[in-house]
Amino acid sequence: MSDVIKKATRDSYGEALRDFAEEYKELVVLDADLAAATKTGIFKKAYPARFFDCGIAEANMMGVAAGLASCGKIPFASTFAMFAAGRAYEIVRNSIGYPRLNVKIGATHAGISVGEDGATHQCNEDIALMRTIPGMTIINPCDDVEARAAVKAALDFNGPVYMRFGRLAVPVINDRETYTFKLGRGVVLREGVDAAIIATGLMVNEAVEAAKLLEADGISIRVVNIHTIKPLDKQLVAECAVKTGLIVTAEEHSVIGGLGSAVAETVTESCPVPVIKIGVNDEFGHSGPAVDLLKEFGLSAENIVKTVKDAMKLKK
Amino acid sequence: MDAALKNNLQKIACKARMGVIEGTFNAKSGHPGGSLSICDTLTYLYFNKMNVDPANPEDPKRDRFVLSKGHTAPALYAVLAQKGYFSRDELKCLRHIGAMLQGHPCIHTPGVDMSSGSLGQGISAACGMALSGKLDESPYKVYTILGDGEIEEGQVWEAAMFAAHYGLSNLTAIVDNNGLQIDGAITEVCSPEPITDKFAAFGWHVITMDAHDFDDIDRAFSEASAVTDKPVVIIQKSVKGKGVSFMENQVGWHGTAPNREQYEQAMAELNAQLKELEG
Repeated sequence: MSDVIKKATRDSYGEALRDFAEEYKELVVLDADLAAATKTGIFKKAYPARFFDCGIAEANMMGVAAGLASCGKIPFASTFAMFAAGRAYEIVRNSIGYPRLNVKIGATHAGISVGEDGATHQCNEDIALMRTIPGMTIINPCDDVEARAAVKAALDFNGPVYMRFGRLAVPVINDRETYTFKLGRGVVLREGVDAAIIATGLMVNEAVEAAKLLEADGISIRVVNIHTIKPLDKQLVAECAVKTGLIVTAEEHSVIGGLGSAVAETVTESCPVPVIKIGVNDEFGHSGPAVDLLKEFGLSAENIVKTVKDAMKLKK
Repeated sequence: MDAALKNNLQKIACKARMGVIEGTFNAKSGHPGGSLSICDTLTYLYFNKMNVDPANPEDPKRDRFVLSKGHTAPALYAVLAQKGYFSRDELKCLRHIGAMLQGHPCIHTPGVDMSSGSLGQGISAACGMALSGKLDESPYKVYTILGDGEIEEGQVWEAAMFAAHYGLSNLTAIVDNNGLQIDGAITEVCSPEPITDKFAAFGWHVITMDAHDFDDIDRAFSEASAVTDKPVVIIQKSVKGKGVSFMENQVGWHGTAPNREQYEQAMAELNAQLKELEG
């Protein structure tokens, strides 16, 4: 595995903004004093006149983004997920979501893999919060290739989009040459019949690794990458239920309100089968190296393997 | 100000007040007090100041208006209807199921430039509009009206900082200083005073005006237009419930609709005012 290239999706975000700026003249970028961390600094360096630092004032930043969008600009409002979805939730709801404005929210440092900064900055609730806003599109890319494609898709889509990026460098698992991104469509990475692992973000790679380990034990796993959590690819989720009779979801997010909840809601309404959720349980994180935290909170291929094996007993 | 123009604006404002009363009466809810205190300013903006055309409501070069104190939407609707954005009949359906006119402004209503109503948010959107105008070197201006209670919201001061930092001289904010908020006098609830000093300290050009004197309104907005290097705030001294005797300066009329008897009395008073204006 030494030849695996790793890159944080926040880097992909900053680079994509810079790279698409020439083509999309209305693209402007806002940040809240975190340009070095969210990587919008990459854009700022190339296009300083189209970058606006709002200072440590996320509520106003979201409102300014709404005003810009109402005048035809495509603003990318950038800050940590904790502040974008958490602190500014109500502004995102009322000033962006309700008027359905063309604002793109670039939320970096999502999830437990923020690491050493600890619980105050480890946002495991953002997907849940954003899912409750009518008309909000939510994209949680799994790697560099997908993150870049997500930014392009957001630019081509007219409406509010919440994009979730990570701080931790993660393996690049998609092929840059052949990858295509379809908003709202999940990706089947591997076919299998015994169970389906539906994963998002950095857990997609873990899901693929888990499937390989399970295959060695004679268990055939379908792996699906859900990059667009809302609108959810309900057809593909239902197909997983029908084909395998057992679903395990995996996400770097609370088990309350995230991908697992979205999948479970769909499955119970269309073709009920057991849905086991892997994610951060109903608790706060704490400080520590990201890779250690991921293991501790069960966000690993090993835990997926164990969970799938246990869950197999639920199959009738 | 020219006497005929002033008389015309006074009549429009009086009719706007009637619209506020009709709307809130038929809705059996709403916010008449703070709506009545901004009728003159809104009338001045839409009939003597802003470059807007109801026939072309999406014109990118139009002036923008954001009612940051969105609960006073009845006043905005009553002015927009007179301007020709939609039928005056809509006012009677305010807040009804299936009606065009929502309890708080919605961007999808003709003439409404931004959804608002959750206090403190409209001014940020107005900043974004002004910034967009600066980027495009477009000549349009952006106006927003805030409540004096509303400025207790922290987001207002985030926006105030932003507007001054980016030199948004194409932005004029108006603070409707009627001195009353839901729980009582602003100075007793959690005082935002001194309002003028605060905005000055945040780097704004500060103007004060009498919100019910068109000569003074004209003077204030003319001064605002001449400012080229910083955002402008007009602190307008107003009377909550202005124009309806029993509603004036009464905090209880913040968010209470008139009953039939009160409606009839209010309309009688306003009709008398209109008759006098019509000479």
